[in-house]
Amino acid sequence: MAHPILKIDNLRRTFMVGGEEVHALKGVSFEIYPGEFVSIMGSSGSGKSTMLNILGCLDTPTSGTYYIDGISVKDRSRNELADIRNHKIGFVFQSYNLLPRTSAIENVELPLLYNNKISVRERRERAIEALELVGLKDRMEHMPNQLSGGQQQRVAIARAIVNDPVILLADEATGNLDTRTSFEIMSLFQELNGKGKTIAFVTHESDIATFTSRTIMLRDGHIISDGKAEYRSARKALEEMPPDIDE
Amino acid sequence: MNIFNLTKIAYTALMRNKTRALLTMLGIVIGISSVITMVGVGESSQASINNQVSQMGTNLIMVMRARMRERGVSTGRDNVQSLKIKDVQLIEEKAHYLSAVSPVFNASAQIINGNYNWSGTIMGGNTELMSIRKFELETGANFTDDDIRKYSKVALIGQTIVEELFDEGTDPIGKVIRVGNMPVKVIGTLKAKGENQMGEDQDDVLIMPYTTVQKRMLGIDYIHMIMASAMSESVADEAVKEIETLLRASHKIKDGADDDFEVRTQAEMLEMMSSISGMMTTLLTAIAAISLIVGGIGIMNIMYVTVTERTKEIGLRMAIGAHSSSILMQFLCESVILSLIGGLIGIVFGLLISYGLSVWQGWPFIISTPAVLLSFLVCAATGVFFGWYPAKKASSLDPINALRYE
Repeated sequence: MAHPILKIDNLRRTFMVGGEEVHALKGVSFEIYPGEFVSIMGSSGSGKSTMLNILGCLDTPTSGTYYIDGISVKDRSRNELADIRNHKIGFVFQSYNLLPRTSAIENVELPLLYNNKISVRERRERAIEALELVGLKDRMEHMPNQLSGGQQQRVAIARAIVNDPVILLADEATGNLDTRTSFEIMSLFQELNGKGKTIAFVTHESDIATFTSRTIMLRDGHIISDGKAEYRSARKALEEMPPDIDE
Repeated sequence: MNIFNLTKIAYTALMRNKTRALLTMLGIVIGISSVITMVGVGESSQASINNQVSQMGTNLIMVMRARMRERGVSTGRDNVQSLKIKDVQLIEEKAHYLSAVSPVFNASAQIINGNYNWSGTIMGGNTELMSIRKFELETGANFTDDDIRKYSKVALIGQTIVEELFDEGTDPIGKVIRVGNMPVKVIGTLKAKGENQMGEDQDDVLIMPYTTVQKRMLGIDYIHMIMASAMSESVADEAVKEIETLLRASHKIKDGADDDFEVRTQAEMLEMMSSISGMMTTLLTAIAAISLIVGGIGIMNIMYVTVTERTKEIGLRMAIGAHSSSILMQFLCESVILSLIGGLIGIVFGLLISYGLSVWQGWPFIISTPAVLLSFLVCAATGVFFGWYPAKKASSLDPINALRYE
């Protein structure tokens, strides 16, 4: 088997809250391989947000190791972590986090602005490419407020893939969307996964998790299950949906 | 993070909220434009003083009667009779550094032509007074040495008197007017000079041979003052010393005793007047500078609010790979762009206002390049100085908390 893209081993994360130690993660280990579409599930307080922060190099573990694309994130400076995020990770957030009053294409270009090696022209080309991939090439110059929620999330996904990351991290990416649009977004993720993108999808909805090929369940800082399954096609789910639902 | 990307990021961020950007700039605009205006007004009035003083005559030297002092109290110079015609003759003969010298009498009298009358300023001098005081003829001719010998009743009149005494279109040359009770023939008119720094109308003047004023009008044997021109500005000091030496010798003033005359140069007058206007300029500029500081604080305020408001954006930028330094630079860049654009607008406004003022006041319009450059630097510095704190705050945010911020 190929080398894992993510490799975490006995990961622990402890916070100090009001003089008391809170163990958010209590020794978690797993690996994610290229081409996987993993959902990380858990109810609130299960440690999945902490997990996502660490996987996204926004936070560092208290103990344990974490390798992303073969690079250890232990003892990295803020700037080194920022570079890892810039080059290796694509984030998709629940609330899209698009810059207001900034066109779709400019939003998508944003991560590349923080990469000095990329020329203005390449930046543009790659942003157009990414928007094409999410099916919004014709909305390039639209402002976020001129786009629907689903379209905004598509722009956010384009922004996440524009730097060609080794992994896409989605944090409740369908949380703000209605069922139909959620399915559409999941369909897009499946499409991207089909093109070889590795995706980790954090969610608390088991319904959404069925669209992924592997589900890691967290509870109280431990992994309670880690199972692989053939994923349900989101496109098919969309077609089966009664046309007037949620509209 | 290269500077081009940085500027682009900062610029697009500012453009997202144009109204706020404009309002933030307003303080800087007002600050810079008032500084530019004040400096501009200062320089213009300075230049205008220089102009006026040199209009009084190039390298003008004035010899006045000393003020009289009685028991330490100055009683003015009106009753002092220390200067005589022979002093003028002596200076004329002996002085090496002077190009022209003339006795001067001042008087005022009612000047009448038919139904018109005007209370005007009368000056008496010799044929060289015109060149010493930089008067030029508009029409007619100067009087001659012959006129001086004959106490001729002839006069050169300034434009104000022409306007007051004659209907428009009438040629005053050859007309006889009355100065007090004396009929006087107008033989020339003077070119307009406008007001001087003290607001005196320099065209309200009637020049006659000094003998006419001295004997026919005033009936005195002393003279009011002597005016002379130094050959050049560089010999003005020598010329003054020479005049002092000559007059002390002829007035038989003992070593250590006070002079009974006073020699003033144009440079001294210039100094006196510029020190007053310089003080005013400094004061006004200082006040303007305070408004600039207030403007800077305005920027700091807004930037601070902006940072809080855009916490989520900052979190996002950090999440997608912005270094803390990039965030710091972005916000610094935003405040510098704000203050620089504000400064540019301020400079334009300031120049317009000072242009307007100089047109209104009849001052020469001067663009002070150092003031403009300095304001530009001050703007950039203001941007950095007042932008630093909010930018630092933005850059030290924790990306996780910033992303969650609502």
